[in-house]
Amino acid sequence: MTASTVPLVAMRDIALSFGGVRAVERASIELYAGEVLALVGHNGAGKSTLIKILSGAVQRDGGTIAVRGAAATIANPRDAKNYGIETIYQTLALADNLDTAANLFLGRELRTGLGTLDDAAMEAKAREVMGRLNPHFRRFKDPVRALSGGERQSVAIARAILFDAQILIMDEPTAALGPQETAQVAELVRKLKVEGIGIVLISHDIADVFDLADRICVMKNGRVVGTARAGDVTKDDVLGMIILGNCPPGASAGPGAMHQTPIKGPKAR
Amino acid sequence: MLGRLLKSTELDTRMLGMAGALALIWLAFHLLSGGLFLTPRNLWNLSVQSSAVAIMAAGMTLVIVARNIDLSIGSMLGFIGMIMGVLQTDLLPKLLGFEHPATWIVTLAAGLVLGIVLGGFQGFLIAYLGIPAFIVTLGGLLVWRGGAWWVTSGQTVAPLDDRFRLMGGGPEGAIGAAWSWALGLLACVAVVAMLARHRARRKKFSFPLRPMAAEILVGAVACALILGAVAVADAYPWPIGSVRRYVEANHIALADGALPFIAHGIAIPVLIAIVVGVKMTFLATRTRFGRYVYAIGGNPEAAELAGVNTRWTIVKTFMLMGLLTALGAAVSIARLNAATNSEGTLAELLVIAAAVIGGTSLSGGAGTVAGAMLGAVLMQSLQSGMVLLGVDTPLQNIVVGIVLVGAVWLDTVYRRRASS
Repeated sequence: MTASTVPLVAMRDIALSFGGVRAVERASIELYAGEVLALVGHNGAGKSTLIKILSGAVQRDGGTIAVRGAAATIANPRDAKNYGIETIYQTLALADNLDTAANLFLGRELRTGLGTLDDAAMEAKAREVMGRLNPHFRRFKDPVRALSGGERQSVAIARAILFDAQILIMDEPTAALGPQETAQVAELVRKLKVEGIGIVLISHDIADVFDLADRICVMKNGRVVGTARAGDVTKDDVLGMIILGNCPPGASAGPGAMHQTPIKGPKAR
Repeated sequence: MLGRLLKSTELDTRMLGMAGALALIWLAFHLLSGGLFLTPRNLWNLSVQSSAVAIMAAGMTLVIVARNIDLSIGSMLGFIGMIMGVLQTDLLPKLLGFEHPATWIVTLAAGLVLGIVLGGFQGFLIAYLGIPAFIVTLGGLLVWRGGAWWVTSGQTVAPLDDRFRLMGGGPEGAIGAAWSWALGLLACVAVVAMLARHRARRKKFSFPLRPMAAEILVGAVACALILGAVAVADAYPWPIGSVRRYVEANHIALADGALPFIAHGIAIPVLIAIVVGVKMTFLATRTRFGRYVYAIGGNPEAAELAGVNTRWTIVKTFMLMGLLTALGAAVSIARLNAATNSEGTLAELLVIAAAVIGGTSLSGGAGTVAGAMLGAVLMQSLQSGMVLLGVDTPLQNIVVGIVLVGAVWLDTVYRRRASS
């Protein structure tokens, strides 16, 4: 079997409710090595919740996750990282009082032979990776609280790619970035793709999505409307999926598609 | 020129400000008391009086940095003190014999383990059961104080084991001139070695270095402070009575009948506090555990998402707090030569005040162990200075209260400026 036939990640029938609200219901996605899967939908469609389940930040009520075909146990963020799953959160999840290097290596600090923190080595690595990502970045000694929105976002991105991620989850990675930095992130995504990393991209920007994604998965009301190759659907098709839940001919329908389950209203299961 | 040199030392301006405030307070008391404050005797006593609060403030810093609080330590100090008192005066003498050389160490070890267990238990309730630290330790404040009474039904335990008492200071509880100088010099060597190592590491990665003049200035000032402190401790002689007893006990022949000058040197409780300060600073700044404590204080969710075991880290901060409370209890009862059930009453507030005056932010994420310990010395300086001036106790409390609020206000202003 080649790498491209076994999905890097397969999430099957994932379900999660908060109180009585079904945030995610029977959601299934597959991610292959070297592809970008865009996850799109309205606010509250369940995208962020679905990827938080994958990154170990929240626990699912039901469904299975397989990494490279083998069932995976992801009970917390540490487990996810052990599977090579790295996440760039929409909130960035930075400790504002610590400096860049401390944030990059949080949870995975480099240590000297004596077991103490090797701040110099971490700073050196931080300078290297930040230099590649954002050449204008200079403020290594300041707490990240003092950085600009774009700089903070670069720190969050750098942290995710620092540790040989196999699976990269990007939740609105360009939300705080200017056009130039956004272009840099796009270039980074293409580069990582070539390296065989699977990327789940959450974005509000349809242009961005068509620019970067190989496949597009649309969610609505916690369910997957459909999944399509980026070349098989138009922007209008995707907008129709997002707004109306219509699954166009080019896409394979999911449980949330309107035409498939036309009378399935709020009563659900 | 001087300003630029000072800036190039990269020292924390906040810390410098506090040292300046302390110097100012000392000078003011010295002048107001007609030259009584800055004497070897007063400074030595000040150092001993500060040590118990300083030891506990070191632990409180980490607890507060991780966005928690511990209100129980005063009561816990009383409870553990009572247990250690009963152990060394009643239980161990029955087992080992009276004044057995191992009594003090067994007692201390038992106290420290008890502190870790009690602190760890409170930490467990906070981190794993999700009960707010304020509530858990407020309960602890009541429970341990009640427990302290229960150990002996309120009876005071005294006198304590002779060796155990050395932890409380006094003429015998100090290490003498020769050892003080030796330790002082050793500390100077350590300071220089640390500066050199830091510089070498930064050079290895070709990071910007501090100018050599700044390095030398920092090293020289640190060494001068260390040796100055030793000189002060060595300038405080034993009282005549102790010298006479010592001379008689050791059958020293006195040529001219004049009693010899025997210096106190650094007091053992102060030594304990310094060791605690160094170790806790190391823990806070050089280890993963310390890094996680600060990360949790900065953004608990981010720490959790980064894979940090935040709950266990919180439990560990409370275990450390318990350990240091037990150490504070040992120093306190040794100094008093008695364990009473009211020992440590309101100590939690002094310790929290010391940490906060020392720059620990109650909203978490910021604070240094050294700052908290300096805060302890500052609080004690105020109190002991006012005693020297004959200020009434109620007025002392009023002043300390005002200073606490004022210091935090200044800190708020400073932080707002620093962040904008």
